[in-house]
Amino acid sequence: MALYSEKVMDHFLHPRNVGTIEDADGVGEVGNAKCGDIMKMYLKIDNDTITDVKFETFGCASAIASSSMATELIKGKPVSEAMKLTNQAVAEALDGLPDYKMHCSVLAQEAIESALADYNEKNSGKI
Amino acid sequence: MKIYADNAATTEMSKAALDTMVYYLTNVYGNPSSLYTIGQKAKEELENARYDIASVLNAEPREIIFTSGGSEADNQALLSAAEIGKKKGKTHIISTTFEHHAVLHSLKRLEKQGFEVTLLPMHENGIVRPEELEAAIREDTCLVTVMAANNEIGTIQPIAEIGRICRDHGVLFHTDAVQAVGHIPIDVKAMNIDLLSASAHKFHGPKGTGFLYARKGVALTNLIEGGAQERGKRAGTENLAGIMSMAAALKETSAAMEKNSEKMSAVRDYLIKGLSEIPHCALNGDAKMRLPGNVNFSFEGIEGESLLILLDQKGISASSGSACTSGALDPSHVLLAIGRIHDVAHGSLRLTIGENATVEEADYIIESVKEIVAHLRSFSPVWRDLTEGKREYILP
Ligand SMILES: Cc1ncc(COP(=O)(O)O)c(C=O)c1O
Ligand SMILES: [Zn+2]
Repeated sequence: MALYSEKVMDHFLHPRNVGTIEDADGVGEVGNAKCGDIMKMYLKIDNDTITDVKFETFGCASAIASSSMATELIKGKPVSEAMKLTNQAVAEALDGLPDYKMHCSVLAQEAIESALADYNEKNSGKI
Repeated sequence: MKIYADNAATTEMSKAALDTMVYYLTNVYGNPSSLYTIGQKAKEELENARYDIASVLNAEPREIIFTSGGSEADNQALLSAAEIGKKKGKTHIISTTFEHHAVLHSLKRLEKQGFEVTLLPMHENGIVRPEELEAAIREDTCLVTVMAANNEIGTIQPIAEIGRICRDHGVLFHTDAVQAVGHIPIDVKAMNIDLLSASAHKFHGPKGTGFLYARKGVALTNLIEGGAQERGKRAGTENLAGIMSMAAALKETSAAMEKNSEKMSAVRDYLIKGLSEIPHCALNGDAKMRLPGNVNFSFEGIEGESLLILLDQKGISASSGSACTSGALDPSHVLLAIGRIHDVAHGSLRLTIGENATVEEADYIIESVKEIVAHLRSFSPVWRDLTEGKREYILP
């Protein structure tokens, strides 16, 4: 049995939306080096829609795949929808993660929440 | 290219070991405890294996007890020494922070039973300082247990010196030699070893077979009660084919040890030199006092599991001390023990090459690791912070 699903491997080997956004409207970083996974999300928001999203991740294969999948799930979506993204949705979209790797998908959810909170703060409570 | 570089996890069985195993499974099925001819034939072969294994370590055949592997041998060694100590009112044990879990968890159990355990702190080079060990010995110390070579960073411990100190102080000395037997010379008499654990699958023998050496006069306590096998110290019908195969493997690796060690050390040093060119990395463990096949690096700004899986994509099997490889929350206790903080303990890579490793393979490994580390750093927020001066480098 393979450790990871084909979807996880695909997103790990070919991560989507990798990089940074210079003039991002919201940036969020979660995790710490102690636990071994750190994620940083950059959002570009126009008219309450996430027009662009990029990520940087220090972490295991499921952390990288989770960040990649999370960016795909929110790109082009309204902010209100992105706010509702759960780690289960990320894990499901990846055709599942091993139990002990679920915490990596939690980080993806938190990274997006953190970037949205940053956007909210910069825009004086727009959302 | 397919390269198996995880020989510390387990080794491929040698042809001699495999042929021996199949031969005994096919032809010698008798129970060594039976009195008729085919049983006695099995018994005779079993004793031949015991003799061969004892010879390699300069032990007496009766000092070798066959077990199911290294973990069982470690458990029985510690339990036995503790029992001996308790009878004399001695309940203090000395070990180190970087032992295998078979030892550390056995010590935890003994602590619950009232033993006091001192774990010597490790130093950056991953080698125990005999003077610190001697200073830790007390009136009530019954056992010192220090591994012969570390399974993660490959550092070779001053076993002969430690044995000398223990003998001088009248303290039993156990060494987990699972990574050492078949790889570096061990002489239980010259090194004053009282108890030693070994495992066949680390020297090209089968899994699930190992042995415990216990010096004559060191009484063993059973883990497994039952029949009178192994002088009554380990019940259960012997795994004859496995034991014969283990003996064949050990004879073979020991005969070729010197030659192989020289060859492997050269490839190891070549790998260390090549990987050292990667910026902000560090070799874990002493550069010279290490097993001939062991290379262990930490790379700043990346996580080990990603590195492993990408290496696997290139046909290279290796290992890491990162937490996410084990499902644990903390990275390798060995790397933490030698002072690597979490940030860089997560970004570690262990390569343990085999006897047939070549420089061409080493070149391929170096090139692959360089490429993957650069790739992972290219989107690592930690690496970005480091390069932008927002975070201090830990590794030079
Ligand atoms: C140092 C050390 N001790 C003990 C063991 C356990 O040996 P076994 O797998 O035979 O139980 C290992 C192997 O993982 C080891 O490397
Ligand atoms: Zn992870």
